[in-house]
Amino acid sequence: MSTDLPIDLRLSEEQRISREGMRRFASQTLAPGARAADEAATADPQVLAAIAGFGLTLMSLPEALGGAGLPRSPMGNVLACEDLGEGDLSQSLAALAPLGVVNALLDFGDDAQHEAWLPRFASEEPVPAAVALAEPRATFEPADLRTTARRDGDDYILDGEKCLIPLVEQCQLFLVVAAADDGPAAFIVEADSAGLSRARQDYMGLRSAEPGTLTLEGVRVPAAQRLAHFDLERLVSLSRIGLAALATGCCQAVLEQCVPYALERKAFGEAIARRQSVAFMIADIGIEIEGMRLLTWRAASRAEQGLPFQREAYLAFLQSMEKAMRIATDGVQVFGGAGFVRDYPLEMYYRNLRGLSALHGALMV
Amino acid sequence: MINFELPKSLKNLQNMTHQLAEQGFRPISRKYDRIEHGDTPAELKPLAQMIAAGRPRGGSKSEKSEADPDAVKKGSNLMGIVSVEEMCWGDTGLMLSLPASGLGNAAIQAVGTADQKEQYGKLYCAMAITEPGAGSDSAAISTTARRDGDEWVLNGEKIYCTGGQRCDAVVVWATLDKSLGKAAIKSFIVPRDNPGMQLVRVEDKMGLRISDTAALALTDCRIPVDHVLGSAEIADTEAARKKAFGGVMQTFDNTRPMVAAMALGVARAALEITTELLEKEGVKADFSKTPYNSSAIELELYRLEADLDAARLMTYKAAWMADNGQANSKEASMCKAKAGRMGNDVTLKCVALCGELGYAERYLLEKLARDSKIIDIFEGTQQIQQLIVARHLLGLSSRELK
Repeated sequence: MSTDLPIDLRLSEEQRISREGMRRFASQTLAPGARAADEAATADPQVLAAIAGFGLTLMSLPEALGGAGLPRSPMGNVLACEDLGEGDLSQSLAALAPLGVVNALLDFGDDAQHEAWLPRFASEEPVPAAVALAEPRATFEPADLRTTARRDGDDYILDGEKCLIPLVEQCQLFLVVAAADDGPAAFIVEADSAGLSRARQDYMGLRSAEPGTLTLEGVRVPAAQRLAHFDLERLVSLSRIGLAALATGCCQAVLEQCVPYALERKAFGEAIARRQSVAFMIADIGIEIEGMRLLTWRAASRAEQGLPFQREAYLAFLQSMEKAMRIATDGVQVFGGAGFVRDYPLEMYYRNLRGLSALHGALMV
Repeated sequence: MINFELPKSLKNLQNMTHQLAEQGFRPISRKYDRIEHGDTPAELKPLAQMIAAGRPRGGSKSEKSEADPDAVKKGSNLMGIVSVEEMCWGDTGLMLSLPASGLGNAAIQAVGTADQKEQYGKLYCAMAITEPGAGSDSAAISTTARRDGDEWVLNGEKIYCTGGQRCDAVVVWATLDKSLGKAAIKSFIVPRDNPGMQLVRVEDKMGLRISDTAALALTDCRIPVDHVLGSAEIADTEAARKKAFGGVMQTFDNTRPMVAAMALGVARAALEITTELLEKEGVKADFSKTPYNSSAIELELYRLEADLDAARLMTYKAAWMADNGQANSKEASMCKAKAGRMGNDVTLKCVALCGELGYAERYLLEKLARDSKIIDIFEGTQQIQQLIVARHLLGLSSRELK
């Protein structure tokens, strides 16, 4: 449990250093390529490789399995999500999906499962993988799954449909969450399993994450691939923290776009930034980002310290989801018509950020 | 390492202050909402002594702060935030009525000389800035200060002075020469019993009723020449002018998070009462469903909690920065803006969520909703905070963004 730490907002030396590299990459590579990737509805393989190259999936893997053997760090992951989210929420979601699977394996798998599956992630080219929790229906609730896992001898038979899975067609592994007789369960499912099919879907945003649906029709999975200590609440909560961090980053990008534009754009003889109606919108963007960020950091810090964090993750996510949409809307508004045309990234932020309301379990930090 | 959990020392302080608020303020909260005007409530006097005994005070020679300036300063802003939230959970009006530390004390503490701290540090000092013709635009004040031999002579009218009736002294803002603008604005310590300063009236208000909000008239009010706070020189360069007024405004970087903390206390009190009343009706906001599958009332509670926590973390951050010697003007205004509107919104929604019970004087919800409004006004309105934040984010001066 928690030791008696002082209140502290300083990042550690390692966090500062890794942030620097991440932020440089986000501004120099990720952000400039975001529009083209969105238009093509394709993640740039070089971008995916570069993000994998930061080695996030390696950090907490045991040394014996080829990792760095560092303790799990939701806080460190949050900083990465925030920085990458500022560059491009959509491609970052895709690139970070394997991290979610690794973290789920680490937290919920037993030793045998660690040994069986983690080595596949123990390189700077981790196997493409994603958590499959969300299901395509209104009022979807993580605790009320329609995807079922029926025990059959030494196997489970999985049936159901999952959605919004990043890079769905490239994934080699899925972490499928399904309702078993004894409660929610998570299964490692190989993409080439019989009865498994997948299809890209077109969404309002997150297009460059190449998301789609996964259909399971009588997919047979060995019982050994059911994660031994699965905790749905932890998966959902840690993912809420990750998604909130991505949104915080993307909202920071909205602000970074709005400031120079409002200073440059003239109306009635002066910069629109000098009008309170515009300036106050920008002030509120800044104020709400600060709240989103601190709520998210607090939840991550509690998770990292081993304190209960479900409530804090929920509040961080709710605030981030709702304020992010306000911020994205106001960002387009500051730009006016220029926000609506696809020359500027504002409309893309708006489309991508709405995705938060549909994503579940996609980015466990 | 990033951490927002209160360490033991702050938790102890929180528990102590909470007890004081629960046992000292809550039982008399309604009583003094109805009595409104009068002397300092008798019940507060022992509390004030207790607080004074437990609190480090600047100016006293026996204090550690003289030997090791960091020892006390470190953490003092966060300590203030934690205490203020708890006290305002009890009753904001009563906290402001404690004959202990007013805004004037903060100013004296920030820029006073050793002698001034010695003489006034232990007294209850109010602050008088606002005038009938100048509120948010504090550079437009027209109360004058004229040097006459060994004395300053003050003339003008001050309103909305919190504690102005019952305090021991008032820090009065006045201009040495209105034509010179901000640079000529100085603050002066005026003992409350100075015959040149008269109490014109104590305001009747929507909330914070027991707190005395005074109008004061200064008529050839004479004070010793050493009662000016900071330098009496009028800066003659643009940079020096900016610095001089900036120094005056700097007090706000410490006081704004304190006022934000008031909103935290008020909002938390309202949310706790609301949660309790709703639980009796079977409403349980336990985070068991995703936000939009929750009932409207649950979702509303989640939103209010999220706003409250966001405001609290922002307030902690601004105070933490001050404690660590970091410039926090932007963060101080951010937390005041967020907390000010949050406090108002949360308390009003809590009244609405509880129906008749929220609106009735049987509970404290309606009172909290009346009390909360001023927190988004005093110590810089919502709009002034937005202006300051916008200038920081856009890199515009006060001349460029009015």
